[in-house]
Amino acid sequence: MVEIQNLTKNFGQTLAVDKVSFEVKKGENLIMLGTSGCGKTTTLKMINRLIEPNQGEIFINGKNINAQKPELLRRKIGYVMQNTGLFPHYTVEQNIGVLPQLLKWDKKITRQKTEELLNKLHLPEASLTMYPNQLSGGQQQRVGLARALIADTELLLMDEPFGALDNVTRNQIQKEFKALPEFQNKTIIMVTHDVQEAFELADRIVLMDKGKVVQIGTPKDLLYRPINEFAEQFLDAQRLALELKIVSLNDLWPYLSLNNLACTTSISSSINVWDSMEMIRKSDHSCFQVSNTKGEKRDIDFQVLTQAFNHFQIAQANERT
Amino acid sequence: MNEHRQTLWEFMSAESDKLITQTFQHIGLTFISLFFAVAIGLPLGIYIANRRKFAGPILGFAGVLQTIPSIALLGFMIPLLGIGAKPAIVALLIYALLPIIRNTYTGIIGIDGNIIEASRALGMNKWQILFKVQLPLAMPVIFAGIRTATVINVGVATLASYIAAGGLGEFIFGGISLNNTNMILAGAIPAAMLAILLDNLLALLQKMNFKKLKKVLYIFPIIIVLLASFYALPSAYGTVLTAGFTPEFMGRQDGDLGLRSKYGLKIHTIVISDAVMYKAAFEKEIDVISGYSTDGRLKAFGLKILNDDKGIFPPYYAAPIVSEKALTKFPQLESTLNLLAGKITDSVMTDLNYKTDYLHQTPEKVAKDFLVKIGLYKPSRDVKLGVVKIGSKIFGEQYILAEMYSMLIKGNTAYDVSTKTGLGGTKICFDALMNDQIDFYPEYTGTGLLAILKPDAKTIEKVGRDKELTYNYVSSAFEKQFKIKWLKPIGFNNTYALMMRRKQSGEINVNTITDLKKYLDRN
Repeated sequence: MVEIQNLTKNFGQTLAVDKVSFEVKKGENLIMLGTSGCGKTTTLKMINRLIEPNQGEIFINGKNINAQKPELLRRKIGYVMQNTGLFPHYTVEQNIGVLPQLLKWDKKITRQKTEELLNKLHLPEASLTMYPNQLSGGQQQRVGLARALIADTELLLMDEPFGALDNVTRNQIQKEFKALPEFQNKTIIMVTHDVQEAFELADRIVLMDKGKVVQIGTPKDLLYRPINEFAEQFLDAQRLALELKIVSLNDLWPYLSLNNLACTTSISSSINVWDSMEMIRKSDHSCFQVSNTKGEKRDIDFQVLTQAFNHFQIAQANERT
Repeated sequence: MNEHRQTLWEFMSAESDKLITQTFQHIGLTFISLFFAVAIGLPLGIYIANRRKFAGPILGFAGVLQTIPSIALLGFMIPLLGIGAKPAIVALLIYALLPIIRNTYTGIIGIDGNIIEASRALGMNKWQILFKVQLPLAMPVIFAGIRTATVINVGVATLASYIAAGGLGEFIFGGISLNNTNMILAGAIPAAMLAILLDNLLALLQKMNFKKLKKVLYIFPIIIVLLASFYALPSAYGTVLTAGFTPEFMGRQDGDLGLRSKYGLKIHTIVISDAVMYKAAFEKEIDVISGYSTDGRLKAFGLKILNDDKGIFPPYYAAPIVSEKALTKFPQLESTLNLLAGKITDSVMTDLNYKTDYLHQTPEKVAKDFLVKIGLYKPSRDVKLGVVKIGSKIFGEQYILAEMYSMLIKGNTAYDVSTKTGLGGTKICFDALMNDQIDFYPEYTGTGLLAILKPDAKTIEKVGRDKELTYNYVSSAFEKQFKIKWLKPIGFNNTYALMMRRKQSGEINVNTITDLKKYLDRN
């Protein structure tokens, strides 16, 4: 849906983005990951022409983005930013209604859509008449999301959308966001420096460094098939936690031992290792029965799980060498 | 002086017509210029906020304009725009410009960059960003600028009376010239209250929240235009000729008041400073002015004095006045100073003034040339037996006289000289003389009578008509009261006079003030 070709941008002497090319498929969640100053935000802002590139081209649905006025282009692309960018002189309702007003929507429709979003994003009805400075940081970010979602654009750009929030609020909003139907339907390009967040939300990740794309791939590709030393080291600090979250019980299937533990509760094999360990730890049943799509069944407990994960790790290591 | 002294309140109620007119003119001037300043400053501020590279030069330029002294700025305006409302409004506008441009600029660039980015990202075009985001958010800062500009304008507008644009300055500067405290306060208090009132009203607007402010935004321009139109309301009765009188002349018995009571002269009058009056008459902005009879510009601008056939202007014959102490200390002084007695007639003095005022020769050169011409000049002698201190007031004629006396003393006596020229006014000179800080200065009989002795009306009536009587009265009164001696008059009479352009006076055949009245009555 979005095609980026040979994008280059320099600010004075510094080369911020250096011949970046990638493609985003319809409905995909693509996350640009990298340290600050790696050019990911600059790349994002070139997609809705907040920044104009020095070289290279961008196509959305096959159409060059330069073919229309930037204002008109931007009205068709949702945009969420780190510091919300809410208008302090507008109420929450007016803030959410900025784009509908530009698009000259009927006021009733705007009102109805706003209320829907308010519900979805767990914002109280009373907040409609409030000004942004009367809201908490989390609520402000929710309003920012609502503002970007109201026009129901196909494409959503997000610039570190949860970056300014505390950990607890961030995890909560991430989870809620992930559960929204919009998250599933839309093509989303998001920028983050938070590896956990990237792995949590991405279908594919574009890892960037010094203005260049280092690697493009699924979270699993990045973990188990890093293209170079930088890609490997970038994830090292959180490697185990990431692996536990990325590897699903399906991946472990060949290594799960065939023993009967007489477990009563059944779970799906698409769950990742981290979550299943959490479930085992929290529940009074120390074991679960797992069933996969082929109808095969395995019984797991903590020991079975860790053993299988170890075997999986060794197999992955062998594959690489 | 057992006459009842007028209180401020009495003055204000007696002059309430003028007071109301002046206040309306003042408000009008303030807001007309404010209106244009906003109309120019706001877009300019917005422009430089978007094109930062122009910000430095434009703010710098507006800053330079701001530093020009207001009187000087009004002076620059006259050759370009003449006198009256136009140059005053332009000058006020220039002063109001900087705070408005700067605050608009600061207000806009001070907006959080994220908010601007958000408005772009949402698909607003630059006009939508300006009107929906930048201006509303910068509004409190912009209002602060308008507020500053308004208060500055109320203050500077007092100077508008210098160039005949009216306003409360007429009272203030008239009062200063006439040493009339009530008159000063009658102008100053309303001006100060106006400033405080407008400042507070605008402060209220500034503190309003965004919602209410929206409505204000529509009302505000209407209010400004409405208040600006105040200026046009008080239109004085028109006559075929227009007079320009100084604020001092307006308030004096031997000025406008005398013209009305003795001659019954009714003429459309504007108030103007003497600095620009002659030029304005020359440029046909006004027809009749209240000048000084020996002013050099009389000659420069081809003006003619109308004969004061009913004698309302008392004689102002110039003579040195010396403290008796100095006369004993410097025995040769009196005879030396008297060398000049009777040597300078009205037309000679006018010519000398013309050389300094218009040809820009130094007073020193003018004095020396004249002394050489009449054979009184001697090179200075070397013997020094003490220093004579000469004072002078702060206008050209007095500088020339001081120089002449200095040369005469150096050439004819064994004394050295120190000059203290440019002493502000009559009061300052006279106090300096009383306190022995100077030994003598040239004074005028009429000034001695009306400004220093201030006798009752009857005495003025009795002695103020005649050259000899006035001189005798002041010279004996000074001797008695102050131990100061009037030496022999120099010869010229620098009195008030009504003047017209020589050409016009010939055309309409007006040679005396009575002629002028008759001419006005006919037309």
